[in-house]
Amino acid sequence: MWFHSIGLLLRGVRVTFDLFLLQLFTGVALGAIYVLVALGLSLIFGLLTIVNFAHSQFFMLGAYVGAFIMGFVGNFWLALVGVPIVVGLIGMVCERFLIRPLYGRGIDYPLLLTFGLGLIILEIVRMLAGTAGIPFGTPPSLSGAVDLGVFFFPKYRLFLIGITAVILVGLWLFLERTSYGLIIRAGARDQEIVQILGIDVSKVWLVVFGVGIALAGLAGLLAAPIRGVFPEMGVPVLVEAFVVTVVGGMGSLFGAVVAGLLVGITVSFTSFYFPQMATLSMFLLMALVLIFRPRGLFGRAGLLD
Amino acid sequence: MTTYRFDKKSGRLTRRDFMGAGIGAAAAIAAGPVYLRHARAQDGPIKIGFPAPLSGPYSSEAQDQVRCAQIAVDLFNEAGGLDGRMAELLVRDSKLDPGEAATRTLELIESDGVHFLCGGLSASVQLSINQVASQRGVIYNSISQSDSINEASDFTKYTFHEAMNPTMTAGSVGRYVFPNHGKRVAFLTADYAYGHEMVRGFKRAGEEFDIEVVAEVSHPLGQADFSTFFPRIQAAGPDVLICSNFGRDQLNTIKQANDFGIKQQMQIAYPVLLFTQRVAGGAQAFEGIIGGTNYYWRLEEDHESAKRLNDAYRERHDGGVPSDYGAYGYAGIYGLLEGAKQAGSTDADGVIAAMETMRYDAYKGEQNFRKCDHQAVQSVLVIQSKPEAEIEGEYDLFNVVHTDNGGEEMLRSCEELGHET
Repeated sequence: MWFHSIGLLLRGVRVTFDLFLLQLFTGVALGAIYVLVALGLSLIFGLLTIVNFAHSQFFMLGAYVGAFIMGFVGNFWLALVGVPIVVGLIGMVCERFLIRPLYGRGIDYPLLLTFGLGLIILEIVRMLAGTAGIPFGTPPSLSGAVDLGVFFFPKYRLFLIGITAVILVGLWLFLERTSYGLIIRAGARDQEIVQILGIDVSKVWLVVFGVGIALAGLAGLLAAPIRGVFPEMGVPVLVEAFVVTVVGGMGSLFGAVVAGLLVGITVSFTSFYFPQMATLSMFLLMALVLIFRPRGLFGRAGLLD
Repeated sequence: MTTYRFDKKSGRLTRRDFMGAGIGAAAAIAAGPVYLRHARAQDGPIKIGFPAPLSGPYSSEAQDQVRCAQIAVDLFNEAGGLDGRMAELLVRDSKLDPGEAATRTLELIESDGVHFLCGGLSASVQLSINQVASQRGVIYNSISQSDSINEASDFTKYTFHEAMNPTMTAGSVGRYVFPNHGKRVAFLTADYAYGHEMVRGFKRAGEEFDIEVVAEVSHPLGQADFSTFFPRIQAAGPDVLICSNFGRDQLNTIKQANDFGIKQQMQIAYPVLLFTQRVAGGAQAFEGIIGGTNYYWRLEEDHESAKRLNDAYRERHDGGVPSDYGAYGYAGIYGLLEGAKQAGSTDADGVIAAMETMRYDAYKGEQNFRKCDHQAVQSVLVIQSKPEAEIEGEYDLFNVVHTDNGGEEMLRSCEELGHET
């Protein structure tokens, strides 16, 4: 069969179908985190035209807020509810007082502001929580592996895939099926007309920014049991999130989902065949996509013009 | 542009002018490092510069090194110092970056006028500190694993290496693991000097056991997710998986390997199994994992010096105990100050001569610096993480399963390192 011909590439190791599936699943679980981070980034860019360089620091903040809640109540599920609320509110305060004065001033103003904001968040966390990081265990009910018939897979990563799917469906319903979602989509198309219709657009932007940041915070919490909690945990995430949004198309939510999974799977299979190339592979993928589709897979025209 | 200006009083070029005149500085560097050597104060406090990666993936280990280094300074001062001269520790964040470390080291030497240097966790960072320190004639006692720091190309008379090196560490762990757990070996390796030197050490030790390397995977330092590497390793079916990574990378590999059920399929071993990461990761994740170490606090049952360090640590840090890498911080400073004591001054040549000949018991029994490469000859412990059920007390983390009592035969010979004999 076809996967046996792939197997020939790997000297000395027999690639069986279950191994292939395991690698694929691992890639999807890895992609789930990419999707969540890129989704918030893409939401904010697509609707507000803000390139949020502080996104990865809100990711880190989410993990810290989660560790803090866990320290108090010791319940992961409560943290799962609390983190997006707390981090989202912090994001809304940032939008209201820092970013709002910059609307209509060109794309580089909020870019520079969020870049600085990210550094400030990082230093504040270092000052308050220390540079060493906090251990963060997998919640007991989700630790260990589960037998999927063909292979064993970590329960937590399975949960990660599931919750990402739930969040995606929830977000889609919110944007497509509620009147608030309608206003958001209308506001992104034509801000002026929406304003003429008597809708306070600034409130819409506030909520959109809050939701985007809440997603980043939630992704941070979900990544914490795998990667641990430390001040610099956001740094590689920003790069990964930008790769995913660029591959998917800046501002496209559907693109962020497809590209997130695609990047996860690409990294996973590269790790299998050429482990040294694993980190590089996502950038090669990005270069390839940009050659053939300069706006990314599902990018809209004119957003950056 | 700034031109040369002489300080009227001393008739010397002031440092500010020196820095300003780029051409002048370039000329001075071309004239040779001796020109840059500052005369350091032979009275006043003994200053020891201590660059350490306080931020980044090795920060837990670095912060414990600083705590223990401070204890060594405190105990030295409590005992009266060097004829009344007190010691002082100057800590700087190297950010785990060789360039940053070189800049901080240069500042410590030029602006702060340190007499000695210690610290420099991470193989590549210590080499950069060593280079700066050696050029400027400041003794540097390195407390991080490295093989190349022993080699003639990197070694100068100012270089001392208190930490174990990969040849002895991986050697001890390998000689324990291969006969006991199997000869099919997979390597998961942090892609920089530390990882590569450890793997070389394991392969060297594996020769006598005819090990078969079935998989070799390397990852960048500070990798967040290791999951994608596991299927390849599982497919190779090794008896032993050797993970040569450090700090937070170690914790993340162990946690994630545990999630994927790797431990049920093979024995996991580390060249250095870290106390700090075991504390952070918990008993369950680490259970059964084997690794090498320079120090475990229960050495106090056999060594008075270990008890002295532990007691000082307990007193200052809520009854805690020093970690392995923390203890290096203590031993590194101890060695330098003991050298100064025996030399009776902080003069570099005098201290070097004293350190080359002294036998010292810093924290785990008698040690000495080998003359040709200034490598500390010392014991190596092989430890295994205890299961939850066997643990008695908060810090009872490991069983010592084997001890190699040091000795020069565990090191590469002076000729092999390229030293004149």
